[in-house]
Amino acid sequence: MPRFLSLAEAVEDCVRDGDTVAMEGFTHLIPYAAGHEVIRQQRRRLTLIKMTPDLLYDQLIGIGCAEKLVFSWGGNPGVGSLHRLRDAVENGWPHALAIEEHSHAAMANAYEAGAAGLPCAIFRGYIGVDLPKVNPRIKHITCPFTGEQLAAVPAHRPDVAIVHALKADRDGNVLLEGIVGVQKEVVLASKRSIVTVEEIVDDFGPRSFNAVILPGWTVGAIVKVPGGAYPSYAQGYYKRDNAFYISWDKIARERETFLAWMKANVMEQGPEVFAKQVQRARAA
Amino acid sequence: MADYKPNEMMTIAAARALRNNDVCFVGIGMPSAASNLARLTHAPDITLIYESGTIATRPDVLPLSIGDGELCETALTTTTVIEMFRYWLQGGRMTVGFLGGAQIDRFANLNTTVVGDYHKPKVRLPGGGGAPEIASACGEIFIIMNQSPRAFAKKLDFVTSMGHGEGGDHRVRLGLKTKGPTKLITDLCVFEPDPVSKEMTVASIHPGVTRDEIAAQTGWPVRFAATLTETPKPTANELAVLRDLHARTARAHSTAA
Repeated sequence: MPRFLSLAEAVEDCVRDGDTVAMEGFTHLIPYAAGHEVIRQQRRRLTLIKMTPDLLYDQLIGIGCAEKLVFSWGGNPGVGSLHRLRDAVENGWPHALAIEEHSHAAMANAYEAGAAGLPCAIFRGYIGVDLPKVNPRIKHITCPFTGEQLAAVPAHRPDVAIVHALKADRDGNVLLEGIVGVQKEVVLASKRSIVTVEEIVDDFGPRSFNAVILPGWTVGAIVKVPGGAYPSYAQGYYKRDNAFYISWDKIARERETFLAWMKANVMEQGPEVFAKQVQRARAA
Repeated sequence: MADYKPNEMMTIAAARALRNNDVCFVGIGMPSAASNLARLTHAPDITLIYESGTIATRPDVLPLSIGDGELCETALTTTTVIEMFRYWLQGGRMTVGFLGGAQIDRFANLNTTVVGDYHKPKVRLPGGGGAPEIASACGEIFIIMNQSPRAFAKKLDFVTSMGHGEGGDHRVRLGLKTKGPTKLITDLCVFEPDPVSKEMTVASIHPGVTRDEIAAQTGWPVRFAATLTETPKPTANELAVLRDLHARTARAHSTAA
């Protein structure tokens, strides 16, 4: 059974300097509250893995937590660039950032291989493109049965998975619905895990026989953080704050406005601010 | 004086390329606008699939991201991301993939990764996301892009997703059985690949656009097909549906809920 902790306790206990951390969420259920706690606790030299780094990793990179980024699409969806990611890659600010770049298919396959306890993932990909020329961790393998050349990438085996989910029950089982992304795979692939949830309930109640549930014994720590995915979203609880995603472009474009925003909205806040932000967005 | 914008002509021409029985893997942005316009006009039964796992989605407003809740709520079903890429895309179930890009070359290879050297980029672009495997696994590829000499580049700094590679039978030589880019729809015209060389060739010019304008906005010496046609103007219905969709979308994204 997982431990029920405060967010500060969970991050203190599970995330160490130099760790490989995957804070997943494919647009949906991105663990913003937990990521902000990592920033407040000033973790350093992290290798951050995420298919879509999103604004959360823009924040972690811009504030100096990351040494390396493993990713497949580093933009602000529908808006444009992640300016802090770009500043790190193009200008080395606040310090140099190593990158390991894949395609979505490769990243998803690598998580699945990690969950499956395999050393690598094999798939049909990277045909006729340049990424294998610049990423030495993309290799090829010959099918022993057909002779077909297939792409291979190492499995993702993060030290820590951090995800947001909808509900946990008192036994620590975790329920996911909607765009479930790679949430299940990343928790199963990782050595340790933190799952933040919208609510903790006595019983999940009626549900599909095929509902996506992580049994409590596969989860490390559970933290109740209502609104913990904001400005991403939690299906059935609150919508994605697309207006904030659009406004981030201006906030993150310059170092000064970014740092001022981080100070006021992350450094000087705690996890309780997320429920308020959801309410504020709902009223807007 | 036309009563529509070049951008509207582009989206409408792109939508027309889709068929009612297509299973379309949809990229975000302009491909998403064109795909949903097709669904709301001549192709009501088209299956639209987004890489977030949503199958047969029918959004009322265009999503800002590839994984807005709207896509899931209006979908027939939503799979995991690994299932989407393995069973549905790699499994060869998409008839068409709809992509945009930052830079394209005359063989419709796309760059969305970097401008300049990969290791010391002048501009770091978002990267490929799903595109490298969309470009190889879908039955055929439609591309929608605004034309400019920089975007329609003589040489790409980086090949993020493969079109016709070096041209000719390059795709076949790499073992690909899919067609690759069959249409490139721009704000000025529609390109199709030459049957032999696979160079993207202007097949249809939008009303009021000249050959010189197209040549000026293309970074390579552009070729025109022997049998050039004029793209039919947008119909009143196409324009009304597109404008309504954009208006609903703008309202929805200016506030959260």
